[in-house]
Amino acid sequence: MSDSLKQINRRLMLKLGSVIVLMFGFGFALVPLYDVFCEVTGLNGRTVVKAESISHQIDKTRTVRLQLMTSIAPGMPWQFEPLVKYIDVHPGENTVVKFRALNLTRELVVGQAIPSVSPGLAANYLNKTECFCFNQQPLLAGEETLMGLVFFISPDLPANIDTLTLSYTLFNVTEHYVASSAQAGI
Amino acid sequence: MTDATANNDQTLAADDHHGHQPPKGLMRWVLTTNHKDIGTLYLCFSFLMFLIGGAMAMVIRAELYQPGLQIVEPNFFNQMTTVHGLIMVFGAVMPAFTGLANWLIPMMIGAPDMALPRMNNWSFWILPMAFTILLSSLFMEGGGPNFGWTFYAPLSTTYSPDSTALFVFAIHIMGISSILGAINVVVTIINMRAPGMTYMKMPLFVWTWLITAFLLIAVMPVLAATVTMVLTDKYFGTSFFEAAGGGDPVLFQHIFWFFGHPEVYIMILPSFGIISAIVPTFSRKKLFGYSSMVYATSSIALLSFVVWAHHMFTTGMPVAAELFFMYCTMLISIPTGVKVFNWVATMWRGSLTFETPMLFSIAFIVLFTIGGFSGLMLAITPADFQYHDTYFVVAHFHYVLVTGAIFSIMAAAYYWLPKWTGHMYDERLGKIHFWCSLISVNVLFFPMHFLGLAGMPRRIPDYALQFADFNQLVSIGGFAFGLSQLIFLVVLVKCVRGGEKAPAKPWEGAEGLEWEMPSPAPYHSHTTPPEIK
Repeated sequence: MSDSLKQINRRLMLKLGSVIVLMFGFGFALVPLYDVFCEVTGLNGRTVVKAESISHQIDKTRTVRLQLMTSIAPGMPWQFEPLVKYIDVHPGENTVVKFRALNLTRELVVGQAIPSVSPGLAANYLNKTECFCFNQQPLLAGEETLMGLVFFISPDLPANIDTLTLSYTLFNVTEHYVASSAQAGI
Repeated sequence: MTDATANNDQTLAADDHHGHQPPKGLMRWVLTTNHKDIGTLYLCFSFLMFLIGGAMAMVIRAELYQPGLQIVEPNFFNQMTTVHGLIMVFGAVMPAFTGLANWLIPMMIGAPDMALPRMNNWSFWILPMAFTILLSSLFMEGGGPNFGWTFYAPLSTTYSPDSTALFVFAIHIMGISSILGAINVVVTIINMRAPGMTYMKMPLFVWTWLITAFLLIAVMPVLAATVTMVLTDKYFGTSFFEAAGGGDPVLFQHIFWFFGHPEVYIMILPSFGIISAIVPTFSRKKLFGYSSMVYATSSIALLSFVVWAHHMFTTGMPVAAELFFMYCTMLISIPTGVKVFNWVATMWRGSLTFETPMLFSIAFIVLFTIGGFSGLMLAITPADFQYHDTYFVVAHFHYVLVTGAIFSIMAAAYYWLPKWTGHMYDERLGKIHFWCSLISVNVLFFPMHFLGLAGMPRRIPDYALQFADFNQLVSIGGFAFGLSQLIFLVVLVKCVRGGEKAPAKPWEGAEGLEWEMPSPAPYHSHTTPPEIK
């Protein structure tokens, strides 16, 4: 093989090599891209971060039912349930619902609740102004507590949706617990 | 004239000086940078992996011969399904194609060797290391990978065995090997073609491999990123796929299938090239629609990047997204249909003969199309909700991978064996191998369609009683197909050791530069560029 051909081959090889590095980076870039995409479109039932509490016109002509569901991830020794199974609200109306949590063990356990809304497209219309899911929840041995959620449903909610399901899964995050975790990133 | 001969003699003498023939012994294979040696290594390795992966399939079918748990533990069964898939995809099909590329591309485009011979040696020799790591993990405490070849999170993160790090490193090494191989193919095809070999004169095998290599370069790094995230999620406390930490397990499926769907085409595009070489030869006609074949292959490759979510219709996507992925998926059947019709049109009014490579090619066209049709059924979103994760899916992808990719590799082996070894293979044994494979493969995979439609889930070692009869039939087909491949082994060994001398062009209708050199192909070929007509 002549030296000039070797040079040309080498150059093309390096170009292709840089494509490889780029695509490896792209694989990781998909993670934030996915988050942004889900936040913008509300796909996948993710609820947006803490909403501003603006006083809305309350739409008394419409009633929307919000069903509440809880589940507990494996390795989470708590009882966790909503006080009511569902609540009927008018869009724009600020509402409070409570969840009961009980630590069944004899030691400190820290929980993190992860929300999911169904149908996914309604997620962006469920606005939480206060939620226990914004923070990690430490409970001492045998401790019981009521955890609150304040929300309103945006009056722009598409007319064809009359029922929403808000589901919380509770995870055990004792290992990752940081005392000063004001922001859990949810 | 005398001057020219003298010159020629001088070059020959110079070549002899630094070894015209390969060195003897084991080190020849370890140190070789010759594209034919490396091609042989790849092909032998992939055949070995085919037998190992096949043995695992036999364990699976033995367990499923009857309902209930007879032979293996469920955890071991899961390891068998997982490692069977990984070995067949990364160890058998992909290296076999790379081996064919090594052997054939330089001979077909008139190049003396691959463009980057030293790298070529590395890209082969890291492969046995990767599979040693993967297979050794089966013997560790807690067992090897048991989460399916798709290693969905959280199965591969929260619930995976301790040996998962070995799985991750094995995948990294396999990926590096494929990437190096792909870079080599691209550089060879773009820079090393003989003068006059324009892009639109290249044989279709070269074209399909060029496109495959670009797909590999685009998606193998994404696979590497995925397994790296699995590694850090499992061992270093990151939360890419862990909901508790703000991640999302569905994200795993998006990233995986962004790699996974182009990967599917990586395993079938070179087959299209092989069939496009064999069908014209035994029809004694030119390939019908050469340029449409090139464009069809390119559009399949491009479309493969926008259909990944059809693997995840049941994850709860909005209807708009489901429709988008459904329509894009169905669109792929158009270029694929172009190819199938081109092959049929090539055979139309040809003077056909049915030697073993042609038999495998015709079986490929028919059976791959059946696999394509069941793929179309799966693409229909509402129907997929029923078929998802059942044996219907297993039937579908085995039709495209076994009677598609693997049949084409066998066709290629029979077709070019005379060129590689210098001997004709045993035609009678070849035909026996073909008919045994054809019948048993359909007994093996066709009833799986019905099992899937009736609701039998995949990847589970036990099943409800009503599936018993069909499963018994499927298992019998499986054992027969497995045994049939031993005939292929005999054919290969016989052909390498001896047999009727093969002429330079053993197939009357064959075209291409590789048939203009003697059989077996000399160790160094095209040392001066050939003349392209």
